Amino acid sequence: MAIALERLAILTLVLCSASLSGERSLVAQSPTYGVGRPPTAEELKAIDIEVTPDGKGLRPGSSTAAAGKEVYTRRCETCHGPTGTEGPQDVLAGGRGSLATSRPLKTVGSYWPYATTLWDYINRAMPFDHPGTMTTDEIYGVTAYVLYLNGIVKEQDVVSQTTLPRITMPNRDGFVVDPRPDIPILRKKKP
Amino acid sequence: MESKSRRWFLGRGALGAMWSAALVACRAKPDAAPAEPRALGAAVSPYGSRSKFEKTTRFFNQNTKVPLEEASSRTPLHDTYGIITPSSLHFERHHSGVPEIDPATHTLTIHGLVDRPLAFAVADLKRMPSISRIHFLECSGNSSSEWRGGGAETDVQRSHGLTSCSEWTGVSVALLLNECGVQPAATWALAEGADACKLSRSIPIKKLMDDAFIAYAQNGEPLRPEQGYPMRLFLPGWEGNSNVKWLRRLKLMDQPAMSREETSKYTDLMPDGTARQFTFDMEPKSLITRPSGGDTLPGPGLYELTGIAWSGRGAIASVEITMDGGNTWQPAELQSPVLPKAHTRFRWTWKWDGKEALFASRCTDETGYTQPPLPQLVEIRGLNSNYHNNGIQAWKITADGKITNGNRA
Ligand code: HEC
Repeated sequence: MAIALERLAILTLVLCSASLSGERSLVAQSPTYGVGRPPTAEELKAIDIEVTPDGKGLRPGSSTAAAGKEVYTRRCETCHGPTGTEGPQDVLAGGRGSLATSRPLKTVGSYWPYATTLWDYINRAMPFDHPGTMTTDEIYGVTAYVLYLNGIVKEQDVVSQTTLPRITMPNRDGFVVDPRPDIPILRKKKP
Repeated sequence: MESKSRRWFLGRGALGAMWSAALVACRAKPDAAPAEPRALGAAVSPYGSRSKFEKTTRFFNQNTKVPLEEASSRTPLHDTYGIITPSSLHFERHHSGVPEIDPATHTLTIHGLVDRPLAFAVADLKRMPSISRIHFLECSGNSSSEWRGGGAETDVQRSHGLTSCSEWTGVSVALLLNECGVQPAATWALAEGADACKLSRSIPIKKLMDDAFIAYAQNGEPLRPEQGYPMRLFLPGWEGNSNVKWLRRLKLMDQPAMSREETSKYTDLMPDGTARQFTFDMEPKSLITRPSGGDTLPGPGLYELTGIAWSGRGAIASVEITMDGGNTWQPAELQSPVLPKAHTRFRWTWKWDGKEALFASRCTDETGYTQPPLPQLVEIRGLNSNYHNNGIQAWKITADGKITNGNRA
């Protein structure tokens, strides 16, 4: 019953938006070749998942590192270790201050410029062998916990769709635009 | 003219010891004469396979803690010919395995800052004007082992096998974008795959409007699953990872998404602790593939020396060979076709005198950029930038005919 009602609501929404923007009717194919079709609202919702640094794309929800610890232990620890430093897979914590040394350690805490990327990546790709099987709040929880392991948030800080984009990562300004070619070009092309 | 500064890949003046050991010429015994062909051969077959005598394969390290779904396999460059890599030997790099995708249900959705969001089926793309282009595809992690000199036993497949070259067929991205009506605010597009990690990269709109295309075929048949079946983004000359496989959408945006693959990975850490981002184009690079590390020459004499050169910025203009550790260079012959952003085959006839030598190739592309000695790159980028190593690859032959990795010499 609840499901049927939800379907009806979505259908109404789709119909409304279709009639509001007249262009999105079923004939809206590519103008020159007459191929393709407008994606349905449901299709778009399923794939439109990226989160940008301004926080756009974050689903509503929240959690804390304290709450996320349990989820991390259950879903992440076997591959990333109890404190995110033990492996066997990618090291998630530590390495602060190591980037300019001869043995840099690139982690979420030492290298990643945006906290939103962490949520986006966990949402799309983790756990590695079962992506897409956590609730939204569980994702906020493990995100908070990985940030906590890196000393970026405190145990009880609420990490949510409003607070996550406001977190300034330690290496926020560590990236530069590709300057290559970075060696002199000896034989310039003849005009 | 043994100016020390030019003897770059030697480190120290090791070549001085010219010793002419007596060579044991390996005289091969004559093989048994082949039998007269009388027995009938095999019947016709629905899908061809190679001779059972040919064994070359992709190489991958099976002895690792990293799951093999998040691994790479390498093209046997020493055992491929011409410029086209057979699809079955094209290198692989996946981040969450090869998905099995039904082309009847897969769509490419173009949305975001466009007037008409559209979903295209594979059949839709095949109805549109097609283009076919021969281009290399190189993982930006190719030859990353060589930053620190590589292993003495390294062969060309292990060191450089993350580059391959195919004829790709598909539809121009610019044409598709024009059908959707790109809005003026759009500066980037997020390309996203339908693999388990939904691999995503942000691509500047300028490249998409230039020579990008959606490839649905490779070397005359539909893409192999490992190469993105049923469709992938193809960005000629740009690092492999940005050529998103199993492409399911392109979202036009006014900023890059800053995905994990364009922040945590595929960024180049410099000695001062900053990292270069969006390092897309693969710079001019060449290497001698035959003979190369792991080969043993039977004795002095004439050998064809061959290899490949490529540039993500255009066509190869010339390739040069050194046989004396970089003191002197001689032009190699380029074999046609010489195509922009494609592997280019070069050859050179070598008369090996049986003495120890350090040999290498270097290329120059049509922009005038000459492939640098590795130490020149290290001086600027340090040892920890990992990606985009296009330094010269040296091989070392000793008097016994054994060839090893000359970057360690
Ligand atoms: C079955 C093993 C496994 C499990 C379980 C797992 N991961 Fe991962 N994780 C990996 C692998 C493998 C990679 C590297 C993937 C790649 O490079 O494409 C990775 C990468 C990551 C990265 C990116 C690291 C970097 O520096 O780029 C983060 C963050 C991450 N995992 C978080 C998590 C979280 C949070 C969980 C639990 C919800 C989790 N992982 C569960 C295997 C796992």
